Amino acid sequence: MTEALIRMQNVDKFFGSFQALTNINLEVKKGERIVICGPSGSGKSTLIRCINRLEEHNNGRIFIGENELTDKVKNIDAVRREVGMVFQSFNLFPHMTIVKNLMIAQQLVRKIPKAEARETAMKYLTRVKIPEQAEKYPVQLSGGQQQRVAIARALCMKPEIILFDEPTSALDPEMIGEVLDVMTDLAKEGMTMICVTHEMGFARSVADRVIFMDEGEIVEEAKPQEFFDNPKNERTKKFLSQILTH
Amino acid sequence: MNFDLTLIWDSVPRMLAGIGITFQLMALSAFLGMILAVILLLMRLSGKWYWSWPAQVFIYVFRGTPILVQIFIIYYGLPQLDFVRESILWPILREPFGCAIVALSLNTGAYVSEILRGGVLGVDRGFLEAASALGLKAHQKFIYITTPIAARLALPAYSNDFISLMKATSLASTITLMDMTGWRRLLRPTRYLFH
Ligand SMILES: Nc1ncnc2c1ncn2[C@@H]1O[C@H](COP(=O)(O)OP(=O)(O)OP(=O)(O)O)[C@@H](O)[C@H]1O
Ligand SMILES: [Mg+2]
Repeated sequence: MTEALIRMQNVDKFFGSFQALTNINLEVKKGERIVICGPSGSGKSTLIRCINRLEEHNNGRIFIGENELTDKVKNIDAVRREVGMVFQSFNLFPHMTIVKNLMIAQQLVRKIPKAEARETAMKYLTRVKIPEQAEKYPVQLSGGQQQRVAIARALCMKPEIILFDEPTSALDPEMIGEVLDVMTDLAKEGMTMICVTHEMGFARSVADRVIFMDEGEIVEEAKPQEFFDNPKNERTKKFLSQILTH
Repeated sequence: MNFDLTLIWDSVPRMLAGIGITFQLMALSAFLGMILAVILLLMRLSGKWYWSWPAQVFIYVFRGTPILVQIFIIYYGLPQLDFVRESILWPILREPFGCAIVALSLNTGAYVSEILRGGVLGVDRGFLEAASALGLKAHQKFIYITTPIAARLALPAYSNDFISLMKATSLASTITLMDMTGWRRLLRPTRYLFH
């Protein structure tokens, strides 16, 4: 059995006196694809943001590979080199062209020479099927195109793991498919992925495990088939009946 | 009273020389003011009270008092102090031009610093989080993400301040420094009153 790539042990997270995460235990192996779902405010974003230290956890321990996430800047940098992230609101840098968006972190963080960074950028833009947009600015692209650029930007850093925080929630319905296609391709290639999403079709076909969260806790964790067809917990059943009737 | 057109004509070269001084004043104090503004901004953003407080006091004082008062204090007030006259700054502060530059730079520096801070605070947190997630360090985020986005956000307010600065340069004429408007005021009464 291979060692887990991500290990969260008894993790708590507080915002002031409000407890956003309670006793989270989660292990993710290399190549595993996890979908996290749950009602709004249940702590899904907070959980994955703890994995790349956009939020600091208060209790418990988080390991990414060999590195434990602590206050040590060195460890945080090391973790962020291994973990990419895709946001609901794309967050492309508005003052840079698409190709610059993909080059900047390669150059600054990985110290890759400009020409090589551009080459890598174009390679991944081609993979997400929009190489012709390279010299445009983010505002000139549709939401679906922007999100594909954001995925390509994360891929340029050659991460071991990619975190997705509701990557399709801000998109018009006709653009959701193109982004999910890119994510499905990634999953097939063996990328380790944690996706917060309510796209149940994606979860069914791609996920190795589905995690249901409510009120800051992991309530249920199961293979997709079992999760959707035979949920055990009452809260899971209620949630599923709500989103599946939509 | 005869209206002497030749007087207007004769004074054109002096007024043009005045324009030169106005532009020098503006350009120099805009430049020095910007440097000061950035320093003040960094002090305020440092998160250390011993940097942030002095900057805040400075900004409060220079934004809270009229520019004319600041010019007068620097030109008429500072030379009263012995140590100022003995300091290495005296060659600058002795000249009206130097005093005007100092006053205008300090004043515009305080205003522009607040404008820049507004720009920095206006930068969407999402961009910075994306940069963090990509592994950029704090100073890299500041240079490559915050600064260019904040500069664009601050530009309209900055251009307003630049116009205020232009107007303020005319106040510098009150300390005998004759820029464009200053020369005209000097020329007019001598002719009208004594002709
Ligand atoms: N920076 C913060 N300060 C205070 N409270 C916060 C902060 N971020 C999140 N919270 C709170 O923590 C709880 C969990 O938030 P989180 O964003 O993780 O939920 P979520 O499951 O991602 O919800 P959504 O589906 O709406 O994105 C919420 O109640 C939220 O109000
Ligand atoms: Mg969320």
